[in-house]
Amino acid sequence: MELRKDYFADVRKDGLHEIGQGRPRLDSPGHVTGKTPYFADRNFPGMLHLKMVRSPHHHARIRSIDTSEAEKHPGVVRVLTAKDVPHNVYTILILIQIGPEDETVLADGKVRWKGEAVVAVLAETERAAQEAAAKVKVDYEVLPAVFDMEEALKPGAPLVNEYHGQNYYLYDSGECRKVRFGDVEAGFAQADHILEQSYQSSPIEHAPTETTGCVVAPEGNDRFTCYTNTQAMFFTLDNTSIILQMPGSKLHFVGGTVGGGFGGKVDVIVEPIAILAAKLTGRPVCFIYSREEEMQISSPRAAEKVIIKDGVMKDGRIVARKVTGYTDAGAYSRHSPYGAQKGAAHYPGPYTIPNVWIDTYCVYTNRTPSSAMRGFGVTIGDFALEVQMDKLARLIGMDPLEFRFINAYRDGDMKAHRQPTEGAALIECMQEASRAANWPVAEKYMAMSSYRKGA
Amino acid sequence: MAKVPVQFTLNGSEKAEFVESGTTLLHALRDKIGDTSPKGGCHQGTCGACSVIIDGELRLSCLTLAETCGGADIRTTAGLAEGGVLHPLQRAFLDGFATQCGFCTPGMIMAAKVLLDHTPNPSREDVVEALSGSICRCTGYEPIIQAVLAAARANSQNAA
Repeated sequence: MELRKDYFADVRKDGLHEIGQGRPRLDSPGHVTGKTPYFADRNFPGMLHLKMVRSPHHHARIRSIDTSEAEKHPGVVRVLTAKDVPHNVYTILILIQIGPEDETVLADGKVRWKGEAVVAVLAETERAAQEAAAKVKVDYEVLPAVFDMEEALKPGAPLVNEYHGQNYYLYDSGECRKVRFGDVEAGFAQADHILEQSYQSSPIEHAPTETTGCVVAPEGNDRFTCYTNTQAMFFTLDNTSIILQMPGSKLHFVGGTVGGGFGGKVDVIVEPIAILAAKLTGRPVCFIYSREEEMQISSPRAAEKVIIKDGVMKDGRIVARKVTGYTDAGAYSRHSPYGAQKGAAHYPGPYTIPNVWIDTYCVYTNRTPSSAMRGFGVTIGDFALEVQMDKLARLIGMDPLEFRFINAYRDGDMKAHRQPTEGAALIECMQEASRAANWPVAEKYMAMSSYRKGA
Repeated sequence: MAKVPVQFTLNGSEKAEFVESGTTLLHALRDKIGDTSPKGGCHQGTCGACSVIIDGELRLSCLTLAETCGGADIRTTAGLAEGGVLHPLQRAFLDGFATQCGFCTPGMIMAAKVLLDHTPNPSREDVVEALSGSICRCTGYEPIIQAVLAAARANSQNAA
């Protein structure tokens, strides 16, 4: 395949010539010799192991917690509950104004999803921590739970998260993120055909080979070094500082080596409680998810539902597109309000459509909190949009690739969320795809360009 | 809990440790002896990241009890390079971009070494079969397969 190096030639100022050259990866020598230091390769004398007692219920009130038997278990050093956490209620994106704080480090009075952390047990060995965790007695009053986004949005649905007060994230634009461009109803009135379809997806687990975790070493001067596989070092620093009410200068995070992340390690879950445990015991602490925890407890990609209604002309032009997107945040926000918002900007797809209406909702349910994963807010939307494009092409009897050429965005086109298109390469990409896949299109499409001189 | 003495050679050097009965070889190697090249990905024998070579055979160290390894000859990826010179498999993984996050790499290299020790000129199918117990979640299997085949070619050229 030909690399179109000259395409951005006029905007390139860097003088780099690396594309097409093989360059050794800096981390490979460590990988092939087994010397790359992953967080769990750190071992400190006297290191304690942290295990979580987790909620067996999807939604329940906690009547009481009895840790007395666990504390007596041989090897147990300390048992932590919500009252030990200085600032127990947090939300990861608070410093970029995505609030309110809605999630507890350790459950306080209520659990909102099956697997939620309730009590942290610290012991000399992993086995002792596990055995003691099984001896913690939590008395639950089970509450009705809701698992379906549309059910959650109905009046009278169980309230998932009191910090929000309703089962959706309240944006400054209201109950959803909205994009309004042109007049979508006029577009539908003018269209030769209208096609409305619904698409949905299940949560997806990242399943990294290295499970989520961290190792914390107290430095003896009230500073703590935390070796972590976080993908979000500065969210971790900020949130730990808030949760522990501790200046960032006391916290030293060492990371950057991640044994597979895929977006699954951007939440701040293990570090604050492990650092607190190291502070309260004065001992190094290791908190590593088991494989079961990685699969069941760590945030998955959100389940999504996307409803797309399009108006299309017989000549192939899409004249109106209305999208309603639902993102299942699970019980807590984490990164999902941002994901749903990203979807709002993305949903018209890489197509220029004169009339667009988009609503995207971030919905709370009693499911495992979802969060980031590879293009979250966009990937499922793309699946829905491109299946919809194929269906539209079939509806008007047009080749699906030619149909995309007709609607492709080009430089200078105004996008629905009012960003002018710049540096679009969709046409050129599809021309290459047409050649590579031996899927010929009419010559007029092969002569098109995204690039408009003077645009 | 009662501790059991265990003695074996690791990459050619004698090691002696006292371990609790029931301690896995993975735990003994990583946390007691300090060879962290075998990785713990699942602790249930499904991911292959902990693979080591015991008496010439590929073994999952997370399912092997340390106390059963008395007198064994244990090899790990950490001991593969000799005098600072990479083993042909390590060289081929490096040159062939066969690592991504790197977490599965030591286990993959162990599985590949056992294959090449027994089958110096493997077919592609032999390589796929030999690596089938090792999961690469980054899904970089193709460069890994190519690297093993390249290492086999390099070995046979050196031997010729």
